[in-house]
Order: sequence, then structure tokens, then C-alpha cells
Amino acid sequence: MTAADLLSIFADFAFMRRALAGCLVLSVAAAPIGVFLMLRRLSLTGDAMAHAILPGVAAGYLLAGLNLWAMTAGGLAAGLAIALMASAVTRLTPLREDASLATLYLVSLALGVILISARGSAVDVMHLLFGSVLAIDDTALTFIGIVASITVVAFAVMWRPLVLECIDPGFLKAVGGRGALIHVAFMLVMVLNLIAGFQALGTLLSVGLMMLPAASARFWTRSLGAMTALAMVFAALSSLCGLTASFVANLPSGPAIIVAAGVVYAFSIAFGPAGGLIARFRPARHHRTG
Amino acid sequence: MTDFDQHARPAGGAALAFRNATIGYDRHPALHHLSAHFPAGSMTAVAGPNGAGKSTLLKAAIGHIRPIEGHVEVSGCRRSEIAYLPQLAEIDRQFPLPVFDFVAMGLWGRRGAFGGFRRADDEDVARALAAVGLVGFEQRPLDTLSGGQLQRVLFARLALQDAPLILLDEPFTAVDDRTTHELMDVVAGWNAEGRTVVAVLHDLELVRRRFPRTLLIARRLIAEGDTAAVLTAGHLAAARRHVEAWDEAAPFCEVEPAR
Repeated sequence: MTAADLLSIFADFAFMRRALAGCLVLSVAAAPIGVFLMLRRLSLTGDAMAHAILPGVAAGYLLAGLNLWAMTAGGLAAGLAIALMASAVTRLTPLREDASLATLYLVSLALGVILISARGSAVDVMHLLFGSVLAIDDTALTFIGIVASITVVAFAVMWRPLVLECIDPGFLKAVGGRGALIHVAFMLVMVLNLIAGFQALGTLLSVGLMMLPAASARFWTRSLGAMTALAMVFAALSSLCGLTASFVANLPSGPAIIVAAGVVYAFSIAFGPAGGLIARFRPARHHRTG
Repeated sequence: MTDFDQHARPAGGAALAFRNATIGYDRHPALHHLSAHFPAGSMTAVAGPNGAGKSTLLKAAIGHIRPIEGHVEVSGCRRSEIAYLPQLAEIDRQFPLPVFDFVAMGLWGRRGAFGGFRRADDEDVARALAAVGLVGFEQRPLDTLSGGQLQRVLFARLALQDAPLILLDEPFTAVDDRTTHELMDVVAGWNAEGRTVVAVLHDLELVRRRFPRTLLIARRLIAEGDTAAVLTAGHLAAARRHVEAWDEAAPFCEVEPAR
């Protein structure tokens, strides 16, 4: 099969076209979120939130069936509730944020699975957890577009305080910047993107499209802007390859995309000039002092 | 678009005053009934043994800790305009941001979260970097800097804040003599411009040489005023005696209202 044959998949099948469009738009929105999650050492927070939104999505599904808006509202409510509860527990008790988030998301995930299995079947559970490209209809595509637009605007607005909150939160507090507000806004945008991603990738894997390209980009550049742009490119590339592979080899689409992103990541670890293994073990010539 | 206008502020910086302030964590006061005054345009060292409440005093000034009793008053500027250099700045040096961008954050008061940077701003940042001897470091990432260089970067950012009141918490702790000397000149320059400077310092020789006023505390006021009159053998011995251990079972201070 030639490359042209592979690309004709997207020309010939409308559902593949929609899946590709959805994943490419998601890539643009998810990349900056992943970069900041990584730089703030919150990589696992994204994962925890992906679990946490499940009971909300499930509740929406139980009440209204496979209705996008009901599941979105439920997921948003659950995600926000967990995020706020976790930070409340952190603030009011000696428990650290990672521990309080972990406890809450585990309970949340269990509740979600109980909710789904109460009414639905194992197929439904699999669908919510791991997604399916066939689920991306025009409504879902519109929703992904709206979320991506919100994300891009939100990052344009909060870029500077977000960077400052990451690098020196004490300073932001001293000059009167609203660090907590920025943090909540960032988490909100992340939850929105997780929900937008769950139809194609499922709740558990949509965080992969954020983290893997961001972690890969870290090995190629030390500039924040370039890192974000590169993460977008990696995410888009993984989407294209993953979707193609899922069609050709009849694989589930979400895992195929994430595995493709994993291949990019492995390549970056090996060959990335900014901290990659080969660059590390090849003795570099250093500058003379003075 | 109009050019940015400076906040009108009285000449000679801002003043800071503690009025019978008791400040502490978890109802165990680190500072007891402290009354002290830092006049506008003054340059004061805060000295005292470990655990004397020196850092607490600065944190109360910027409003991070509220006094349990009494008042902490800042006059001449808003709290958010105070420039504060913490003892251990919680800076994530792995974050990929070049020195120039980091120092430019000092212009937050002028540009805020969204304001665009103009040529004049870039020139101000370059000037601030030059003043602390970091020309040529603009594009270096933070994690390649030495401890002394990072302290210079923090001083450059502090200078850009253009603050009428500057609080420094042990700014020369991990810094060699030459850097200390150069940064001390920078601090003296700020004071000469009319800014009020309050610095927590352990090096009493440095205090004697460079600071006209000193506040000596040991969980309470020991002495305040001209450095030579404050840093006497008698006062220093009194300060050492007064720092006792944190006592979980300490009785409530009788001046405190009954609960």
C-alpha cells in the first residue's frame, strides 16, 4: 500500500474524515495543556482528572443516553467537584494535593463504573473508557471545535500569569496576581478538553494526547513557545498515523493514536537533542572558560 | 494608546509601622507585642538570632500573615506594590524561561497580565540586567545560573518593580563577598533614590558598615534606632537570652483576651 492509498482512507470514508478532523483540532488544544501540566509537574493530575470525570459522564449517559450535552455537563460537574474537593482537602488538612486527588479519583472512577454497569452493558463501559471513532458525528465535531476555540483564547489570555504561577508562585502572589484563579481556570480548560476527547479516545486515553506529545517535545527544545508548537505537531502526527493504523489493522482508534504518540515519545527520548539519551552519552565539546 | 502613567506616590518612598503587633502561626506568636517604625526613605537592617521572628516580620508587612493582635500599617503605597525578596524563593528553575523574560516579570505592576511590551520596557529590562552585572545573560535559561547569578537576577527583577518599599529577607546568604558587595551597592542606590529599604541580615559587620538604622528583635523588640546604638554587646546578649524554644504548652499570654 502506498502513502496515497493510506490517505485515500480519509477521502473515501466520511467517518474517518470526521475522526481525523476531530483529532487534529484536539491536538492543537491539548498540546499547550500537556506542556503546562508537564512543566508544573502535574502530569498525573491530568490522568486523575480523566478518571474523576467518569461518574459525571456516566450519570449523563444514564439520564439521557448517548447525548453529548448531558454527558458533557455531567463530566464538567464531576471534574470541577473533584478538583475543588481535592484542593479543599489539601488546604484544610495535612494531606498533600497528590494524595487527596488520588483518593478522590479512585472513588470517583469506581462510582462511574458502578453507575454504568447498573444500567448499561460492558460494551458501554468500554466505549466510555476507550472511545470509538465511529462516535464522532457532526455534533461531536462541533463540540470539539468549540472547546478548542475556548482553549486557544483562554491560553492567549492567561499565558503570562500561568507562566509566572508555574515558575514563581510566591512572586505572583506578592504582586497581587490571582494565582488560585488562574489554577482553577487552567483545570477547567483541561477538564473541557478531556471531555471533548473522550468520544474519540475515551476518558482514560484522552489525557494521553495531552501528555505524550508534550513530553516528547521537551526533548527537542528548551523554548516554551517552540515546545508548545512542536507538541501540537507531534499530537497531529500521532492522530494521523494512529487513525490510519486503526483502519488498516482494525485496531481500536484511541489506543492506536496513543501508541503512535508513544512511538514518537520513544524516538524523542533516543534522539532528542535537549536531554535525549544519545545526546547525553555522546561527549559534547565544551566552551573554553574566560 | 496613552503611555502608562506612574502611580502618584509621596516623595521619599513608603513607610511601614508595627503597632503593638503580635504575629504568629497557630496562636504561638513568633513576634510579641511589637511596636516598630520604618520611616519613609529609611534604610533599616533587621537583626536577631535564629527564630527571632525576622522573616515573620516581613511576611506580615506584605500581608501574607495577618497579626493576631495589633496592626501592621503600610503608608505611601498599596500592599501589592511592595517589592519582597523571600529568603528561599520557591522558583522552579527547570522551567524553560530565559533570564530576560524572567526579569521582565518585574514589570507586572506596569503591564499586568495582558499589557504588551514596548521598546521602552525592553530597554528598562536591559538596564536592570546591566545594573546587576548580567549583560550577556539575557537568553540563558535559569537552570544554568549559579547561586550568585540567580540572586542578581532576582535583584534585577526587584529593581524593575519600581517599588517605594523594598523588603529583603537574608539576601546575601548563599552569595560570595564580591557579589554581596556589588548587590549591596545596588541596594544603597535604591535607598538613594528615596525608596525605603528593610533587610533581614545576619552579617552584623555588613550591617554596621552599610545600614544607618537597625531593628534588633528576639520575638519582641530589643532595640531600635541608630545602628551603633542598637548593636551593643548588652543588646545582643539580651537578644540571645530572649529566644526560647517553641513551647507547645506555653500558657496564653495574659495580655491576650480570654477565649
